[in-house]
Amino acid sequence: MNLYPVRAIYMAEMARTRRTLLQSIVSPVISTSLYFVVFGAAIGSRISEIDGVSYGAFIVPGLIMLMLLTQSVSNASFGIFFPKFSGSIYEILSAPISYLEIVVGYVGAAASKSILLGLIILLTSNFFVPLEIAHPIWMLTFLVLTAVTFSLLGFIIGIWADGFDKLQLVPLLVITPLTFLGGSFYSIDMLPPFWQTVTLANPVVYLVSGFRWSFYGISDVSLAASVAMILLFLTASLATIAWIFRTGYRLKP
Amino acid sequence: MNDPIITIEGLNKTYEGGFQALSRVDLTIQRGEIFALLGPNGAGKTTLISVVCGLVNPTLGHVVVDGYDSVSHYRQARERIGLVPQELTNEAFETVWNTVSFSRGLFGKSPNPAHIEKVLKSLALWDKRNNRLMTLSGGMKRRVLIAKALSHEPRILFLDEPTAGVDVELRRDMWNVVRGLRDNGVTIILTTHYIEEAEEMADRIGVINRGEIVLVEEKAALMNKLGSKQLTLQLHTPLTVLPAALEQDELSLAADGYELVYTYDGRQEEEGRGISALLTQLEKAGIGFKDLHTRQSSLEDIFVDLVKERP
Ligand SMILES: Nc1ncnc2c1ncn2[C@@H]1O[C@H](COP(=O)(O)OP(=O)(O)O)[C@@H](O)[C@H]1O
Ligand SMILES: [Mg+2]
Repeated sequence: MNLYPVRAIYMAEMARTRRTLLQSIVSPVISTSLYFVVFGAAIGSRISEIDGVSYGAFIVPGLIMLMLLTQSVSNASFGIFFPKFSGSIYEILSAPISYLEIVVGYVGAAASKSILLGLIILLTSNFFVPLEIAHPIWMLTFLVLTAVTFSLLGFIIGIWADGFDKLQLVPLLVITPLTFLGGSFYSIDMLPPFWQTVTLANPVVYLVSGFRWSFYGISDVSLAASVAMILLFLTASLATIAWIFRTGYRLKP
Repeated sequence: MNDPIITIEGLNKTYEGGFQALSRVDLTIQRGEIFALLGPNGAGKTTLISVVCGLVNPTLGHVVVDGYDSVSHYRQARERIGLVPQELTNEAFETVWNTVSFSRGLFGKSPNPAHIEKVLKSLALWDKRNNRLMTLSGGMKRRVLIAKALSHEPRILFLDEPTAGVDVELRRDMWNVVRGLRDNGVTIILTTHYIEEAEEMADRIGVINRGEIVLVEEKAALMNKLGSKQLTLQLHTPLTVLPAALEQDELSLAADGYELVYTYDGRQEEEGRGISALLTQLEKAGIGFKDLHTRQSSLEDIFVDLVKERP
């Protein structure tokens, strides 16, 4: 692997983040704070504790996941969609670089951004609720794996989308609902039995559960199931990207 | 001289909708030459370049760049190539310096600010190096695309319709850069649908029409063969027949004898005849004219000719 092209792509993407700092970093932080005010303070005052964790603290992992998923997808999808849209992708495709290098550059940048964001939200949360992290290594592992996996998904969406509307569609219609219904703000055993079963079909449940376990040692599903789910996602995304580049889907006529 | 740097063999491209944009293209580009690919809109020029540069997957056939297959050894093939695309692209928010440096890195080269500086200066972009692309005019943006293509010191440069909609100054700067590159041994392939442009710059010219290479010739030979011009003189008094002294193949009467039409190319001048000789003869013969204009055969005429010649 030649490192110059990867670095060029990575740095250009990070520079884009700096230019849109407000949009990339500040606005998710603000909206997270709003979630705390609404869910943590207003609703939390009526819900005492879940499994011995205060409601405000309970929602922190879910909130980070929510931001991690939506931001990874939107950053990575925009990152590759924009050159496609502006035409400057000709340069990427005619460069002496492998597909792997392209992906590492774009997805690496998007994931770095999300990880940074996740950590910033973690710090912000600390102002609202006392935090404890039972398994910091696992916490970071989940953070990184989730950021990378959903940046890969975003990359796929960016290649698939042929207009701005489609670019918005998947995050809006798929990611956000799944996250909200994925136990970010509640424990799934608060649901009626039927809905508990339905919820188990939602992959985000496994991510939130595993991530929350790394904080408080409590989970809706087993750790193994969480890890398996995220690795499954990762593999599926990688396989899809390999297929995209092999066939030139939406990239090379 | 036979030292090919690009060899294209049996190239076919059928787009998804079933449209065949290239059919059985065989073409060899010699190291260090300026090659003009001439053809009307939709002939397949951009498609051909795109296949060589890896932007379009060929349906059949293959391309070898400096000894490397463009698919199986794409790294070696592509690092030798710089491409200036036909369409302006815009990464609006980048600065000139950053976008050109980015291109160099993308092509796997270590940073070299001195080279970037040289390229920017040669394209009159140095003063604009800290400007964002969106603040530049169309001509400036095109200069930036050229700078990007030169950032990684390519051995082969593709210019896809470099002068379409470009002002005189940029044309001049561009040709200076191109000549400088050629002097340094860079091979240049440009596409155009202006015959004057091919005439001005190229060593060899290939004509492409409907996805087929119709002919490839040394420029001088081609211009003599095809680049005929017409001089039309509007006479004061109509002639019914040409005076015997003036009779030659190239002269004829038109518009009921009110116009004298002289059809010529490079040869007459070489043979000591040509326009000035003709005008002297007319004066001697006492034939006066009130107006004159010349017309160069357009590429369209040439295509008509070419298609006519082919069985
Ligand atoms: N991506 C594509 N899909 C389908 N047809 C295409 C595509 N790109 C170009 N074409 C068609 O192929 C033909 C050749 O196009 P092009 O190579 O751009 O010609 P030129 O550059 O000589 O004007 C045109 O008829 C064009 O419409
Ligand atoms: Mg074209």
